[in-house]
Amino acid sequence: MFRISAAIALLLATTAAAQQPAPPVPSAPAGAPQGAPATAGDQGGLVVDVEGGISAPTPIAIPVMPAAAVVNTPAGSTDALGRQLSDIIANDLKGSGLFTPLPPSQLRAVAMAEVQAPSFDYWRSTSAQALVQGFIRANGDGTLTVGCYLYDVSSQRELAKQGFVVSPADWRRAAHKCADTIYSRLTGEGPYFDSRIVYVSETGPKTKRIKRLAIMDQDGANHRFLTNGQSIVLTPRFAPNQQSIVYMSYENDRPSIYVYDLGSGRPRRVVQGASLTFAPRFSPDGRWILFSMATSGNTDLYRVSASGGTPQRLTTSPGIDTGGSYSPDGNRIVFESDRSGGQQLYVMNADGSNQQRISFGSGRYATPVWSPRGDLIAFTKLAGNFRIGIMSPSGGGEKLLTNDWSDEGPSWSPNGRAITFYRSGRGAGGTATLWVVDLTGVNERRVPTPLSGSDPAWGPLRP
Amino acid sequence: MAKIKTTLLIATCGLAIAACAKKRPETLPPAPVETPATEAPPATTGTGTGDVSPGSAADFQRSVTSNTINFGLDQYDIDPGARAILDSQAEWLARYPDVRITIEGHCDERGTREYNLGLGDRRANAAKNYLAAKGISPARMTTISYGSERPVATGSDEAAWAQNRRAVTIVLG
Repeated sequence: MFRISAAIALLLATTAAAQQPAPPVPSAPAGAPQGAPATAGDQGGLVVDVEGGISAPTPIAIPVMPAAAVVNTPAGSTDALGRQLSDIIANDLKGSGLFTPLPPSQLRAVAMAEVQAPSFDYWRSTSAQALVQGFIRANGDGTLTVGCYLYDVSSQRELAKQGFVVSPADWRRAAHKCADTIYSRLTGEGPYFDSRIVYVSETGPKTKRIKRLAIMDQDGANHRFLTNGQSIVLTPRFAPNQQSIVYMSYENDRPSIYVYDLGSGRPRRVVQGASLTFAPRFSPDGRWILFSMATSGNTDLYRVSASGGTPQRLTTSPGIDTGGSYSPDGNRIVFESDRSGGQQLYVMNADGSNQQRISFGSGRYATPVWSPRGDLIAFTKLAGNFRIGIMSPSGGGEKLLTNDWSDEGPSWSPNGRAITFYRSGRGAGGTATLWVVDLTGVNERRVPTPLSGSDPAWGPLRP
Repeated sequence: MAKIKTTLLIATCGLAIAACAKKRPETLPPAPVETPATEAPPATTGTGTGDVSPGSAADFQRSVTSNTINFGLDQYDIDPGARAILDSQAEWLARYPDVRITIEGHCDERGTREYNLGLGDRRANAAKNYLAAKGISPARMTTISYGSERPVATGSDEAAWAQNRRAVTIVLG
């Protein structure tokens, strides 16, 4: 499925393993990159600060990528693809809030020979501090090669370069990988653009809304429905290996958790029996599914092997214990419980021992999700409005990131720098939409979906 | 007013035997905030003449005070208004011992999605336990929680939310 076969060569970028010169990109533009690669250890290169950069985004030039030759491919002609590649990269980088792509009027047409020998004189006359150039080539075996180069305009240095070989169906991924290379090299943060979102697509009146599982790229492209809408479906979440999705469905009027296999397109009921099961989430190693089960009006947390079997009970409080999420090392679980009266956040060991309340602010706290970096927990705060917030796993440093009428259900980007969530509108005509906010809370943007959408879950970085 | 309500609540618990007392936390939830909806929307009455077969869903609708009880904000206790409705349902169910029912639990949109699934389950079970305490066999009753997925009122105001916090008794087959 993912055909980004071994990044060609020049992976240099951040890998210090550049001792052995990587093989050059096959027939890259004359003088394929051979110089010493820029590495993360390099001093003096352009740096983009993920906190402060939001208020002063870095101007970046991303001219159209030339084609080695104009060839028709199943993904379109290579010259059209070259234009789209640069658009996708610009859109990704702009969406991070840290970059301002130069408008097309300030870009110049880049010839193939210029890709690795930028016209710095020209670029220095613009406001661009960083320059992204690249090329596209159709290979004899039907694959496409996309080259990606990052330059520091003021020092005229190459900061990173990478090549990607993709099947035509995966051509957009080459653009996302290129954007990830640039983002990571300049910010020092992990990549996140080459990733997907699974969510619930919504349509129809509020009293009988039709809900379907849908999956798409992080930027809304390659959208596809997974279920047909006959049953209500809720809260999909990726397996760590991205081969399946765990979610809750009302199939046969027996609301319970299912695993949807992305390969076969088949759902499988996870826990047998008549009890209501919901709020599922995989463990980081993919071996377990953490979920809630309600029996006779009482809801507790359980875990079950991802392949099914007998659930193990983790909590026994008389309240509603739900919204469980593992820490990235799998050793702890954050969850919400109303055992104290209203919903609050708790952390416990993965076996259910040592349950400690961590939220103490005013209002209620719900839907906690542990950051993939382990340093933060995102949640929904209910105090008048529903708002997305973050706090440390010990409960300190609470910060609210959004302020609308009803924001709910945070899910982390693979690098832990951004959070997707859904926003509900009021009243009979109120619909839900998907959003992304970064950790500063400043950069908030809508994720395009064909219909309304809720319950977004961000998947891991694709391999 | 509040005092009377509390007394009634305690009496209800007494009636509902252990079912009620056991699964409730030590502290009773705070008194419902102005439980608005003692009178639920009337069951669809059609122009019911005599062509309704006894023991049918239509007969149930026609015979009981309502198929729906309502709850206070974030509450799941059976208040006096709900008691009267469930009493009428229990009476009808006692008359037709072969009839099976399912009880739906619903919530308003001002709770988070997953929590509402648990809360809807609580509400459905509160109604089920009450009916069981009135002598209806639990084997005849199933529950299903819809959380906030199936509102009856679409507004985003207290009146609509009050209508949506409900448990609905459905006669099967």
